[in-house]
Amino acid sequence: MSERPLAPALRPFEAVGGWTIAIVDSLGRFGTFFAEALGAVVTPPFKVRAFVDRIDYIGYRSLLIILLTGTFTGMVLGLQIYLTLVRFGSEAFLGPAVALSLIRELGPVLAALMVTGRAGSALTAEIGIMRITEQIDALTVMALNPMRYLVAPSILAGLVTFPLMTAIFDVVGIFGGYLVGVKLLGLSEGTYFGEMQTFVDLHDIMTGFWKSVSFGIVVTWVCTYKGFNVGHGAEGVARATTQAVVLSSVLILVCDYFMGSVLP
Amino acid sequence: MIKVEALTKSFGRQPVLRALSLEVPTGSITVIIGRSGGGKSVLLKHLIGLLRPDAGQVLVDGVEITSLRGRALDEIRRRYGVVFQGGALFDSMSCHDNVAFPLREKLRLPTAEIAKRVEAALAQVGLEGMGAKFPAEISGGMRKRVAIARALVTEPEIVFFDEPTTGLDPVLVRRFRFTAVVVSHEIPEIFEIADTVAMLHEGRIAEVGPPAAIQASPNRVVRQFIRGEPDNSEER
Repeated sequence: MSERPLAPALRPFEAVGGWTIAIVDSLGRFGTFFAEALGAVVTPPFKVRAFVDRIDYIGYRSLLIILLTGTFTGMVLGLQIYLTLVRFGSEAFLGPAVALSLIRELGPVLAALMVTGRAGSALTAEIGIMRITEQIDALTVMALNPMRYLVAPSILAGLVTFPLMTAIFDVVGIFGGYLVGVKLLGLSEGTYFGEMQTFVDLHDIMTGFWKSVSFGIVVTWVCTYKGFNVGHGAEGVARATTQAVVLSSVLILVCDYFMGSVLP
Repeated sequence: MIKVEALTKSFGRQPVLRALSLEVPTGSITVIIGRSGGGKSVLLKHLIGLLRPDAGQVLVDGVEITSLRGRALDEIRRRYGVVFQGGALFDSMSCHDNVAFPLREKLRLPTAEIAKRVEAALAQVGLEGMGAKFPAEISGGMRKRVAIARALVTEPEIVFFDEPTTGLDPVLVRRFRFTAVVVSHEIPEIFEIADTVAMLHEGRIAEVGPPAAIQASPNRVVRQFIRGEPDNSEER
């Protein structure tokens, strides 16, 4: 039996309804995917080798880009903050200003964005190619849960590597600020580091830590989900990779704002 | 026995399977033939539980599998071996590790036993000594044979072959006593291995029977397909 055609005046409502259902449906699938991944994270058997491989894939291989971007971010911060502080005669606060900016805000956000660009996109492409070449189906028909082999190790590795990458980013960033502030602009070493110890406390470090943990979960969740639900062929993988990077980057900034509002 | 009853599946408004029914007797080799894009792979994906039908049933030894999920479905799948159209080998692993993978993960055998079985499985498909190669380093036909070795190494009860093209040696197939469902459009190679041939056309089984009966079939669709004549049904 064929459906009766809709009156032209009602078609916009049909379109809005269709979009709403599609959005709710994809949010539901996104959430269900995470719940399944969490189930695979907390229940045995644990895939230790896959977890170590993922730490290498997401963390170790991102080290160079983290070192480079961290150093130059610290140098830029050192220069710009110095030029501002010097107007008020407060250049002694350069060290804490650089450290607080990095530890609370820029370290977690920029490290997460860098790791997303390097490892997140590769994660989506790798899982996407496994999907279109039926490798994920092969796991499924072997009665092996692909979430346990591909997604759970990635999310766990994200939990471990993002805080580590952030810590490295913070340290080299502070060193970059030191190079500019102390070695280039002539601030004393004692002032740069001494004031830092006065102003930076554990709350600031924990704020950055919790942010990096949440970014680690968000990025690996989004990137594995997009890889798992890739479209057809090379174009589908390319589109999924782009979507994964864009969505991860947007969510990093959204999460950063809300966590910055909630955390002390 | 695998029994398919009135299986129906559409993608959007495109019907692919239309109340398809088929029986695959235990221990037999049933080959499903039909034109490319005719729904053979879709039917196979229903048999292995990767797709759920809009209507109809798939019974494996009396167990209805289309409503099964999770561990219950995995119990059925443990009896399966599947050779995918492109091989579906894991690119990050060598051929040896690909074949060893189900033995390690499903059967959890000792390392020495796994190595022995893998070498034997690779030798059976004519790839002895090739275990160290990665899938990207070998030809498409060799990849398919590694996939066959991986599917057979666990000695499954039921094996599904999606367009095996090369590597499906009749002698090899007869050596194992499994129930096999082979999806193929390769004529006449499949007649050498089949006990039963089923012709899939427009979402239904157009004809089913022994290879000789199919080859002598008066059915126009079957004759056209076997002789490689163009399908004019769309022009009508």
